[in-house]
Amino acid sequence: MAASSAVISMSKIIKPIWGGRLATTAKVFGATVSSRREKSTVPPPAKYGGRHTVTLIPGDGIGPELLNHVKELFRFSCVPVDFEVVNVSSATEDDINNAITAIRRNGVALKGNIETLHTLPASHKSRNNLLRTSLDLYANVMHCKSLPGVQTRHNNIDIMIIRENTEGEYSSLEHESVSGVVECLKIITRTNSLRIAEYAFKLAREKGRKRVTAVHKANIMKLGDGLFLQCCREVAAGYPDIAFDAMIVDNTTMQLVSKPQQFDVMVMPNLYGNVVSNVCAGLVGGPGLVPGANYGRDYAVFETATRNTGKSIADRNIANPTAMLLASCMMLDHLKLHDYATMIRNAVLTTMNETRLHTADIGGQGTTSEVVQAIMRNIQSKGPLTSEL
Amino acid sequence: MGLNRVLFLEAEDQIKCIYIALRTSMVQDPTQFDVLVMPNLYGDILSDLCAGLIGGLGVTPSGNIGANGVAIFESVHGTAPDIAGLDMANPTALLLSAVMMLRHMGMHDYGKKIETACFDTIRDKKVLTGDLGGKSKCSEFTEEICRRVRDMD
Repeated sequence: MAASSAVISMSKIIKPIWGGRLATTAKVFGATVSSRREKSTVPPPAKYGGRHTVTLIPGDGIGPELLNHVKELFRFSCVPVDFEVVNVSSATEDDINNAITAIRRNGVALKGNIETLHTLPASHKSRNNLLRTSLDLYANVMHCKSLPGVQTRHNNIDIMIIRENTEGEYSSLEHESVSGVVECLKIITRTNSLRIAEYAFKLAREKGRKRVTAVHKANIMKLGDGLFLQCCREVAAGYPDIAFDAMIVDNTTMQLVSKPQQFDVMVMPNLYGNVVSNVCAGLVGGPGLVPGANYGRDYAVFETATRNTGKSIADRNIANPTAMLLASCMMLDHLKLHDYATMIRNAVLTTMNETRLHTADIGGQGTTSEVVQAIMRNIQSKGPLTSEL
Repeated sequence: MGLNRVLFLEAEDQIKCIYIALRTSMVQDPTQFDVLVMPNLYGDILSDLCAGLIGGLGVTPSGNIGANGVAIFESVHGTAPDIAGLDMANPTALLLSAVMMLRHMGMHDYGKKIETACFDTIRDKKVLTGDLGGKSKCSEFTEEICRRVRDMD
């Protein structure tokens, strides 16, 4: 908690020196720190002079180039968002702590994926995972919708996937008591299961969805997934307007590749969420198309849904910017900048579906910059509020 | 799950492939994969996923191989109590599992004969069970395969 005490002392210094001017900023600092203790006030997003500040974590692989395009597009569209860039490398602990502090300060972040090498020792935790657990971003939400402009085997897919983001198989608790025998702990808690189920049903109700499916393997993991399923059932009882059913994960993947239209909203623990969300992303056209959001009680972090670093296609100007751009639109919606979000989202989807300018991963020949330029031209043609192309 | 992966050293690359597979390609271009090896849970998930890709549980065979040649071959599907005893089930999965068993026992010729007959029957599309879109009974489908095997000799 060294960072937070530094923050408190900084705000104490800033307040008397700058008086009223930076009072709003100091208030944000104060509120963010005290919320840990009071547990009743949600800190306001970092906003000063009508402009929001958002933490930007470029990550590895295609992250930096795609986020540069986001910055470019925002600048072009005069979006009132300033980015605070925090670079995180896998090497040191400091970087990730800086990033976490920055997100605590700003409340919202947009990030690329930080690479986790298999070869590093077990004590080295995944940076992405560390970010999610430290900020308690318990819900990963992904909306997979078929896009008319993209050729896929299955059409009319509209699935919302809510994945528990902080525990389960990603608890990073492993031990090797006997050489050559490793035990890995999968943690399922009643609190977190109820929390994620509550989130799923609330979201389903908000979006007018009819059915929530819990994905599990409770026939084998009777206690772990059994608890998860039981919690889902309990929450379902409080939402009689929404149908609830459960499906075993292997059957789920089979149904997804043969009849994906049957699914509406799905809620599941961490690992199954990873598998199912990747399968669904593949069903609607690939990892370059789907944005993802990680919501906690106090913070929100937006990224691509499938969390790939895309090392093999980095710096070649062939990556698909759609996922990252749609993620930035989700972020704008979260900041209540709905007009900007709609404007950019419409431009992205028009370029995808009508202009049909596609990158290589969905069968086209466009480069990343060509697609982004087309989106910017589209935005310019729609309204007056843009800077120079 | 880093430690688990470190142990499965030979399979490490395959596991990486599975993650990549699940992320993009298994659903978009499964033909790029040849042999996949993985731990238990991922195998459960991926085997059903692949079964869905090739036509479902009615046509997917499997084998459980142990030490010293001990093996049990079975279809992937369950007991299907709703169609039991009605001569409606698709025997392909169990039949192909039996073919795997014959190969395991070294009887490759017999295995090849039955497999070819089975595939030809399905390819012809004249005699198919309900799950494959046809109207024939299980016994009719089996009789057709037997006829093709007889004709081969």
